[in-house]
Amino acid sequence: MKVFSFVVLLMGVFLMLFFKSSYETKDTAYKTIQSIALKESIKRGNAVYSDFCISCHLPNGEGVQNIYPPLANSDYLKANRHASIKGLKYGLKGEITVNGVQYNKYMPPMGLSADEIADVMNFSNHSWGNSYGKIVTIEEVSEIKK
Amino acid sequence: MKNSKLLFIISFISIVACAQKHKSVVIADAPKSIDYTSEVVVPELDIPWGFVFLPDGALLITEKTGELIHFKDGIKTSIEGLPEVYLRGQGGLMDIELHPNYSENGWLYITHSSADGLGEGGNTALIRAQLSGTKLTSVERLYKAEPNSKRGQHFGSRIEFDMDGYLYFSIGDRGNRDLNPQNITRDCGKIYRLNADGSIPKDNPFVETPDAKTAIYSYGHRNPQGMVRHPDTGKIWVHEHGPRGGDEINRIKKGGNFGWPLISYGINYSGTSFTENTDLPGMEQPLFYWVPSIAPSGMAFVTSDIYPELKNNLLVGSLKFEYLERLVLKNNTVVKREKLLEGMGRFRHVRQGPDGFIYASIEGIGIIKIVPNKL
Repeated sequence: MKVFSFVVLLMGVFLMLFFKSSYETKDTAYKTIQSIALKESIKRGNAVYSDFCISCHLPNGEGVQNIYPPLANSDYLKANRHASIKGLKYGLKGEITVNGVQYNKYMPPMGLSADEIADVMNFSNHSWGNSYGKIVTIEEVSEIKK
Repeated sequence: MKNSKLLFIISFISIVACAQKHKSVVIADAPKSIDYTSEVVVPELDIPWGFVFLPDGALLITEKTGELIHFKDGIKTSIEGLPEVYLRGQGGLMDIELHPNYSENGWLYITHSSADGLGEGGNTALIRAQLSGTKLTSVERLYKAEPNSKRGQHFGSRIEFDMDGYLYFSIGDRGNRDLNPQNITRDCGKIYRLNADGSIPKDNPFVETPDAKTAIYSYGHRNPQGMVRHPDTGKIWVHEHGPRGGDEINRIKKGGNFGWPLISYGINYSGTSFTENTDLPGMEQPLFYWVPSIAPSGMAFVTSDIYPELKNNLLVGSLKFEYLERLVLKNNTVVKREKLLEGMGRFRHVRQGPDGFIYASIEGIGIIKIVPNKL
């Protein structure tokens, strides 16, 4: 009797371990796919950045104080994911405050496609020491309307 | 170890310093006395890329995003009938110019980026059209650069006529400096010359050159966004954006090679150098170069008597430093530079109006008029 219950207990433990590890494997695999997708998107975003953004926001995302807001270590970019995507898509006009400094310029729409906007968002969110949020997808960009 | 680190830092600094090459020979100062003010005549414009005065006093204004605006007596009207504008990066609806005999023939000339033609993306096109009410009619495409490109840079473009009625317009290198500007069988990085109807003048410099783009008048340009006829000599003056440093003023010369990117007073945005040469045989030297870059856009000579101290000076908009630059010339040499109206915003274009006043367009503000205090 004692032996039997010990075996059942042992089996239970094995089963638990088995399912747990299987669950963990799936989770890790998901995370790995996500991080590969993010890495690839960041890489493409770097090219978009060098083409369309670098002349104002500069190579290290530092911007020009009082004229072009910074993207590196930017409280605005960190907290305003939706407005940032919308700004890239349709232009950004009016007053914004970035790291305590007020900016009131017009960023015109650059004519970027949804995939390019997702890529350059991911690049800016995960460069120069930034680590802002989960991956921006094409779907998320497409859903944002004027 | 400490010494070697120090040595490394010193050599790094000196390399970076050397990479800057030459600074501008004349530095821009703040004006000593300011005896003029500015007054907004057309409010609320985003990127007023170009503008012209019609004989009836109305203004036609191009907004980069693709709107042509008619402005008269305080009323803005959107003009219909523009070709489709390919909005991408620095491209969009760009310059506008009147035919020298506009009051007789009604021809307007406009440059814009277009997705038509060979390849994915877009490239610069020149059209002419007539204004009928609130519509463009008789729209004809006179030129379209090819192939298209998805790059966001350097579409140009400005339009100007010389005294003989030839039309000049510019297209930048489209972000492909190693392929386009030095190759006359390719578009981009060029100043073009056409007859007013779009045909190629018989004496254009490369009409006999096999495979050449025969509309080319001069080459080796990076991104010219200022073009004006000298009021006395009639010569076409242009300025162009350099990379980091190396913006230039050039007097255009038939068949001339202006050197980009083989010679330049600038360096890459990243700080690295792409050429050691500022001068090579067979290539034209600029009349003036800006280091650091001011990001020049729009250019006008002052000829009116309304501003005695500005008379015969050249005015150039600065996008980067947000002022209107005054350049005093002596025997075609810049002897003095001054920052006018500093801090107002990105100056996109400047013109002397038919009334002799100076008008400038500023991004996010509109079109302003410079008014002397003692008038």
